[in-house]
Amino acid sequence: MNHLPLIIKREYLAKVKNKSFLLMTFLSPLIMVGFISLVTYLTTLNNEIIRTISVLDESEFFKETLISTEYTKYHYLDGVDLESAKSLSNQASSYGLLYIPNLPIDSVSEEIKFLSEDAPSLTFITNLESKIENRIKELKLEKSGVDLAKIKAANTNVNLGQESYEGVKTSKAGSFMKLAFGGFAGYLLFMFIIIYGNLIMRSVIEEKTSRIIEVIISSVKPIQLMLGKIFGTSLAGITQFAIWIVMIGVLMLASSLIFGVDLSATPQQEIMTEAMNNPAVNSELQGYINDFRALPLWNLIIAFVLFFTGGYLLYSSLYAAIGAAVDNETDTQQFMIPIIMPLIFSFYIGFFTVLEDPHGSISTIFSHVPFTSPVVMLMRIPFGVPLWEQLLSLFILVVTFVFTVWIAAKIYRVGILMYGKKPSYKELIKWLKY
Amino acid sequence: MNDLLEVQGVSKKFADFQALSSVTINVPKHSIFGLLGPNGAGKTTLIRIINQITMPDSGKVILDGEPLQPHHVQYIGYLPEERGLYKSMKVGEQALYLAQLKGLSYKEAKKRLVYWFEKLGISHWWDKKIQELSKGMAQKIQFVVTVLHQPKLLIFDEPFSGFDPINANIIKDEILQLRAEGATVIFSTHRMESVEELCDHIALIHESKKILDGKLEDIKRQYKTNTFEVGLSTKHKTALKQTIAERFEIATADFKSLEDDLKLNIKLTPNDSSDDLLAFLSQNASVNHYKELIPNASEIFIQTVKNNGL
Repeated sequence: MNHLPLIIKREYLAKVKNKSFLLMTFLSPLIMVGFISLVTYLTTLNNEIIRTISVLDESEFFKETLISTEYTKYHYLDGVDLESAKSLSNQASSYGLLYIPNLPIDSVSEEIKFLSEDAPSLTFITNLESKIENRIKELKLEKSGVDLAKIKAANTNVNLGQESYEGVKTSKAGSFMKLAFGGFAGYLLFMFIIIYGNLIMRSVIEEKTSRIIEVIISSVKPIQLMLGKIFGTSLAGITQFAIWIVMIGVLMLASSLIFGVDLSATPQQEIMTEAMNNPAVNSELQGYINDFRALPLWNLIIAFVLFFTGGYLLYSSLYAAIGAAVDNETDTQQFMIPIIMPLIFSFYIGFFTVLEDPHGSISTIFSHVPFTSPVVMLMRIPFGVPLWEQLLSLFILVVTFVFTVWIAAKIYRVGILMYGKKPSYKELIKWLKY
Repeated sequence: MNDLLEVQGVSKKFADFQALSSVTINVPKHSIFGLLGPNGAGKTTLIRIINQITMPDSGKVILDGEPLQPHHVQYIGYLPEERGLYKSMKVGEQALYLAQLKGLSYKEAKKRLVYWFEKLGISHWWDKKIQELSKGMAQKIQFVVTVLHQPKLLIFDEPFSGFDPINANIIKDEILQLRAEGATVIFSTHRMESVEELCDHIALIHESKKILDGKLEDIKRQYKTNTFEVGLSTKHKTALKQTIAERFEIATADFKSLEDDLKLNIKLTPNDSSDDLLAFLSQNASVNHYKELIPNASEIFIQTVKNNGL
């Protein structure tokens, strides 16, 4: 008799109707959005301060270099010495004092100082440094008699258009994006497993703690029970996740409307915009967009769904097996690390070997090993993996899942018959045959 | 085909512990079969084998003429000794779920549940959670769930534990009622008085072996020693005792009576009948008390286990 739908339904409803589950489902997005809004709000508060920078330029090299913008005002001090400049700057409560001593162009760079009450923001300093560097470079070039206009005209930005023999375009920037895709998929899988794997494990232990196990096991096959628990809990997880995504989306929209947090006008954004106008960066960005278009999107989406599901099911079956082997939840802690290890391991393989050589033997092997394949294969697919390899890997994944569930079911059945002592391996193997 | 269940030479070993060795029992249709034995004798293992929770190492089990198969679970209702229910599930939902697992349709399960809940007067529990109920209340629900799918074979492992005498009686009556409706019942218990009251067949398992089985009355007949407990009213106790001792084997008896009687256990000789003894006694004294000593299940249990435990 097939009781699977019945068991899935019960497990699903048991999870979904659970009070703490409901609480977490509706509270988490609120907390998360609340937190994000708070942080954004605070950052905005911080960024709306207009920074006034006093500049004491004794060398007179930087007269036109530092131009005031909406949030950063440069205030040039003339005809004062350093000490009075310090006190002036302090009185005006400016953000800081930029001091450039009167030195020849070759040695001035070592003596330029930024004096301030508090440690200045890192982005600001970096930005300021690059402005000064550029100016000094220009001045030095001019000094050695180089025509700046010619230099600017000679600047070339090279971005090799990479293309496979079949005409599939790739690029080095794209490689990172491809990895990022696999990484994102892996991260999602990781989160899903951590959150819902435990739920499955606890649900498998449930029959033991409530002592209903013998009644259940005299009615259904343990494998049906295991599968029912895995699917039922996963569906509950998907429900929760979907609610989270919708709620977070809606709440984020609502909070940005209510608090009117506008991210586009902050100084950080200003610096970013400056960088964007740089032609080199701009073309790189264009490259990303092109690369994204060039990705085998359909293959990726389908592979993502399949490998994500497969990987999730495999890891949940491991959790189920642990649940089947122990009598109560406190005994499960020691098993957590061995479960998570292969997953973390697959990230390392992904980032270190797939990027280096997407079709090398290590990448290829681990994209077929069931415990690492969900992450590694998803990282490899953007680089182009033959369909048969994908199918083979998926097949191995599914077979391993079924096998683990089967083992879990056996352990579960043997578990109630152990009379508190461990069965011998011979015994265990005999049970597996039943 | 008079036996609903035949267990043929079943053996089972756990690691180096022999749980059952070549046990054979036959459970006749419509009987109440008592499975008795001290703790750890192997009763629960045998029951689990019948329920296909575990598999025998050797031997086979035949249910209603067919070797045991997975689909047979719907013909068996099993109330294990270690029992419980999902704590956070509502009573009604839970009972429906368990009934459907035993193969009933939702509609049918609901209909029967309503009937049973009304019969036992627990309809108002339907929307309560198990954790809100007392142990005895949960046991009642467990009983209903066990019998709901009208199994041919009912297996109860210590069914009365956790019940007060009133509820134990209700459950006892329900078991008898189910038997009358055609079910066969296997009963595993230590409570000998319930064996006496309910069982018509018993099997005694001791240290993994079956050491005794059959109809309870046959076994009793087999175990009786033709001894009679008598109370005699006489003025000359010593003389009378002497007279009786000349013809029969006697021992001093101890039972409660209103008179200051001579109390004796008298064993019949092979040549005498009960009538002969009574006639002989009446000639010598007036008989206030006369009763054949029939061993009860508890005595048979203890005696057999002692004889075999050496």
